[in-house]
Amino acid sequence: MARLGAYLGQGVVYALVALVLGTFSNTPAYRGFPADSAELVLSFSHGAARKGDCRRLTPEEIAALAPNMRRPEICPRERVPVTVRLALDEQVMFEHALPPGGIAGDGPSRVYRRFTVPAGRHLIAAALRDTERESGFDYAAEQTVTLAAGARFVVDFKAELGGFTFDSRPVAAERAR
Amino acid sequence: MTAPIRIARSGLERAEALLDRIFGARWNPLYQLGALGFLFYWVIAVSGIYVYVLFGTGTTEAYRSVEYLTIDQWWLGGVMRSLHRYASDAMVLVLAVHAAREFLLGRLRGPRWFSWVTGTPILWLVFISGISGYWLVWDRLAQYIAIRSTEWFDWLGIFGEPIARNFLTPAALDDRFFTLLMFIHIVVPLLLLLVLWLHLQRISRPRITPNRGLLVGTLAMLLVLSLVKPAVSHAPADLAQVPSVLRLDWFYLVFYPLIDHWSAGAVWGFAAALTVILVALPWLPPRRAAPAAVVHLDNCNGCGRCAADCPYAAILMRPRSDGLPFRDQAHVDPARCVACGICAGACPTATPFRRKSELRPGIELPDRSVADLRERVHAAAATVTGSPRVLVIACDHCAGAGGAGGATVAVPCIAAVPPPFIDYVLSRDLADGIVLAGCRAGNCYHRGGIDWTEARIAGTRDPYLRRRVPRERLLTVWAAQSEGARLATAIASFRDRIQARPRCRAEPIGEHG
Repeated sequence: MARLGAYLGQGVVYALVALVLGTFSNTPAYRGFPADSAELVLSFSHGAARKGDCRRLTPEEIAALAPNMRRPEICPRERVPVTVRLALDEQVMFEHALPPGGIAGDGPSRVYRRFTVPAGRHLIAAALRDTERESGFDYAAEQTVTLAAGARFVVDFKAELGGFTFDSRPVAAERAR
Repeated sequence: MTAPIRIARSGLERAEALLDRIFGARWNPLYQLGALGFLFYWVIAVSGIYVYVLFGTGTTEAYRSVEYLTIDQWWLGGVMRSLHRYASDAMVLVLAVHAAREFLLGRLRGPRWFSWVTGTPILWLVFISGISGYWLVWDRLAQYIAIRSTEWFDWLGIFGEPIARNFLTPAALDDRFFTLLMFIHIVVPLLLLLVLWLHLQRISRPRITPNRGLLVGTLAMLLVLSLVKPAVSHAPADLAQVPSVLRLDWFYLVFYPLIDHWSAGAVWGFAAALTVILVALPWLPPRRAAPAAVVHLDNCNGCGRCAADCPYAAILMRPRSDGLPFRDQAHVDPARCVACGICAGACPTATPFRRKSELRPGIELPDRSVADLRERVHAAAATVTGSPRVLVIACDHCAGAGGAGGATVAVPCIAAVPPPFIDYVLSRDLADGIVLAGCRAGNCYHRGGIDWTEARIAGTRDPYLRRRVPRERLLTVWAAQSEGARLATAIASFRDRIQARPRCRAEPIGEHG
């Protein structure tokens, strides 16, 4: 009888452990994102223009270089920061000068930011400056979109596609003059 | 010991006592948490191999293959997937309880730091293994984990490109990514096995397989759970959508909501602080360690019993160096010795009957010598009053620590008592009965103390307790610190029992030594 009681007790312990495992392996549910919102992601990796222009070397300077290092001109390695601005319904959400990557500052500028925005119809505008100019932007794009609840909208920048892409599609983005 | 720790320890001991009653000491799962961890590891490995055979490494193939396993082949693939899931969860559970238990019982100080510190990377590796597995399913949960994990790592700034950019759009995701993930999901558990091996390096005879009854029961539990509540996926990943309501596996993903609500840097700080605190615990606060056992070569005949009984592999037998006609001699590694004294209890030269020469066995603790034990036994016996006279020898970690009422002699571990001492106390009429009080059965603070003591008394392990010792005048009580009442009751009952019997004197004894 005592043996039966022990087996019953063991069954109860195993059942309790199974209950803990079965419960916490997928409950309680977690809501990590508000129900009536959408997500706007701004992310790109883009190398801006070099700081300063290339300069032609004089014949004397070329001759002073090691034979395998001789070249007609030298260019500064360091790039200017990329300035980016993202606005939602004409409200600026993000505006930042992104420093170039790399120890020598010659790598691309990078950004990855997420924003939680109310679902609905919005005007999304993005602008980017990647030259030495001190004001204005070299690229600009805007689009009115309807963001459903739970939608994820990505603003990227791909110079090879002509500028900004909204949800992987290039938008009317012209290089500013 | 602070009050919260004392309360928690008392709670743990009550749980152990309850499970002792249900499972018995041999099957008590709380005494075999490490072995259960190994069992879960092998269940994960076997089920994982099966799932891997049918897994498709690709952005669409991954989800499709897991759905095939779960739905079309529920009777085998689904069960294997569920076993993989639940054994992984159970592994986290037993690791957490194992770590908490070792902490509460104070089994992390001194040379035991090694097992504790090597246990910390095990926690990290288990989490990495589990999380990378969730990633492979490539459902909404995997999408959430992938994005949050990469954002978290991007905070470190060690990657050229933000790796979270890999999950911007479906086009950004490459099939080869799943091959990389699979590689991580296989290599990290193999690395875990290596660290588990390291974790056990300073332990003699580690238990890595649970007792058969517990093993069968645990496997049956996992199987029933897998059939009753099979592991299922979320909807397939969709990078154009934000996963909102998620059924998190809280065993592995408990820290992910923190990434949502804190900054990534704060979560890194939290993880780093937690790791540093865990690693530093064996030295918080610093305490002076008891000196390691010493070998008296002139009395060591190289029999090797001390090395065989040492629970921490701290004693090695080396070739004789002093010219005496024995092959080996004992050598103590002070970095591994926890000063439990079990070696002295195992030494055949540790006999209190020795009168003609100094009581100096082949091996003993310098600050708790065998000669000192004999003196303390005599001193305690002199204080025994009333009838019958009962002498208690109690280990430092049991219910008798700090005195069990009446004459009590403290020892670091109950197996530190050489069996001739029992004979000595009774045959020299120092007491009418002797009680050996140690930790709860199956749960010796120094691992092997209870087993060795019982085997020595039963005459199955050297050094034996001589047959002439009247067993009815010897009581062993295995009781945890919180079980003082049980010890007191057992001693009272023992008193009544021997009171009712006439004194059974041992045969005349010749002097040893």
